[in-house]
Amino acid sequence: MTPLIGGEPTGPADDTPSVMLRGASVRRGDRIIWEHVDAELRRGEFVAVLGPNGAGKSTLIKVILGLMPLDSGEVRVFGQPPGRVNREIGYLPQRRNFDPGLRVRGIDLVRLGLTGDRWGVPLPRIGRLRARGKVEDEQVNEVIELVGATAYANHPIGEISGGEQQRLLIAQALVRKPALLLLDEPLDSLDLPNQAASAALLGRVCKERGVTVLMVAHNVNPILSYLDWVIYLARGGVASGTPEEVITPQTLSRVYGTPVEVFRTADGHLVVVGQPEAPHGDAHAHLLR
Amino acid sequence: MFMTAADPQLTWNLVQDVRQLFDFPFMVNAYRAGSVVAISAAVIGWLMVLRRETFAGHTLAMIGFPGAAGAVLLGVSASFGYLAFAMAGAVAIAVVAPSGRSGAADESAAIGTVQAFALACGFLFISLSQSNISGAQSLLFGSFVGITSEQVLVLLAGAVAALGVVAFIARPLVFASIEPDVAAARGIPVRALSFAFLLLLGVATAEASQVTGSLLVFALLVLPAATAEALTARPAVSLGLAVAIALFVTWFALALSYYNDYPIGFHITTLAFGAYVVAKGWQARFRLVPALARGGA
Repeated sequence: MTPLIGGEPTGPADDTPSVMLRGASVRRGDRIIWEHVDAELRRGEFVAVLGPNGAGKSTLIKVILGLMPLDSGEVRVFGQPPGRVNREIGYLPQRRNFDPGLRVRGIDLVRLGLTGDRWGVPLPRIGRLRARGKVEDEQVNEVIELVGATAYANHPIGEISGGEQQRLLIAQALVRKPALLLLDEPLDSLDLPNQAASAALLGRVCKERGVTVLMVAHNVNPILSYLDWVIYLARGGVASGTPEEVITPQTLSRVYGTPVEVFRTADGHLVVVGQPEAPHGDAHAHLLR
Repeated sequence: MFMTAADPQLTWNLVQDVRQLFDFPFMVNAYRAGSVVAISAAVIGWLMVLRRETFAGHTLAMIGFPGAAGAVLLGVSASFGYLAFAMAGAVAIAVVAPSGRSGAADESAAIGTVQAFALACGFLFISLSQSNISGAQSLLFGSFVGITSEQVLVLLAGAVAALGVVAFIARPLVFASIEPDVAAARGIPVRALSFAFLLLLGVATAEASQVTGSLLVFALLVLPAATAEALTARPAVSLGLAVAIALFVTWFALALSYYNDYPIGFHITTLAFGAYVVAKGWQARFRLVPALARGGA
């Protein structure tokens, strides 16, 4: 069994880009969500998708998963049309709180990530099935240990904290050893220490295992040091490049079509001020830190 | 000692009492039917509770009532009436409220209206068929007398088919119930599974109605599952417990009804409710004694 970190990368072995978008546009009714998006995610890159609410960040993930069609342009996932290789993708949707009354353990949730799409009678573990069951147990336990959720993996998922739930969901996304991780605002529900810890974990999985990570984020600061590439989506347009290239007053002012300022705090955090349609508390929250 | 069905006497001899229970074919059929219904209702009810679709289950039971009453009016077996209307209701819910949940206020109001109308229609059919009041009672609150061997076979066929489908779709269905977005990304047909589950729920409600009556189906659909969930968060254990509770409650309730003449619906519901209260008390001890909480579950 290959370990989750430090083993051979899974998925197609050549240097086909993990995700490739060319001239991609999406409309909903008459409204253009985004258009003319070009992007190439290479294996092992950590890419952030930034932008204000309603800019179509989650839509981009749905397009890559093949759950939403493009209106024009082209998208390829591991060189194939989207939806074909979703087995190689770990997906963490935008935060939903589990019902406090949901009586399923965290470990069951992680196991569903491994076997949840298997049809047929879940047979008792006899003969060959017992061996397979054991391998699966090990995989599940290993990934739970990796995210540091061993202590509460056996508690009902509805009764643990949001941060603990999120770690188990990250474990679920990782349990199949995917070649591509699509994460939709995974840090938003976490407090600051948990944000830093989860970002570090994802950065480690990305670099050591060669997993391509695409993370939709609201706040770039927790992941800034791990980022290779940034895609900025806004109503006025799209910009992509390295964080240094994109998160600048010039680029963001162009993307938004209105003056935007970027400050760098003493500890290296970036503060974006003046972006329209972003929640008001946002810039303040960063400044106060 | 001479015994009749009308006046069975409890003795202190347990073997004798159990033998008395099965003296009459109608009781044997009642036990067969009760067992089949308890298993299918517990399994499908467990999934219904997991999916938060109890509202849909209640609606299907209400829709089944005019079906059964109409079948009696036409001189057909009530079984087919329950089944035909519950399945039609399942298709209707799938069209109106694809998620099956009562989240959307519009949908729940519309479905509530349909429930009231269904009850009214059933009442009309009973009046038209000039059935006595006990006919209406047994359709609404259950009965265990007069279950024929053919009826048992129909119940068994329905339950085997439904549980066969459940076994095949079990894991993707649970996955899609808890995390529809992730399941959809994995290529699981989430909407098709929702529809399939509503049909299964239709079968389970129609079958349970024939023992508990339309109004008391939750005694077998919800209570065993809710009781089991209060005791454990392990899915497989919880499902097994739900089946065991449903079987025990049904068997015990049949024996009680046989000996004391109170209606079966009352006994099943009261026993199931009692088990639920005890289980909830067991679960609440963690809250009363916080130190125990982390060790449990």
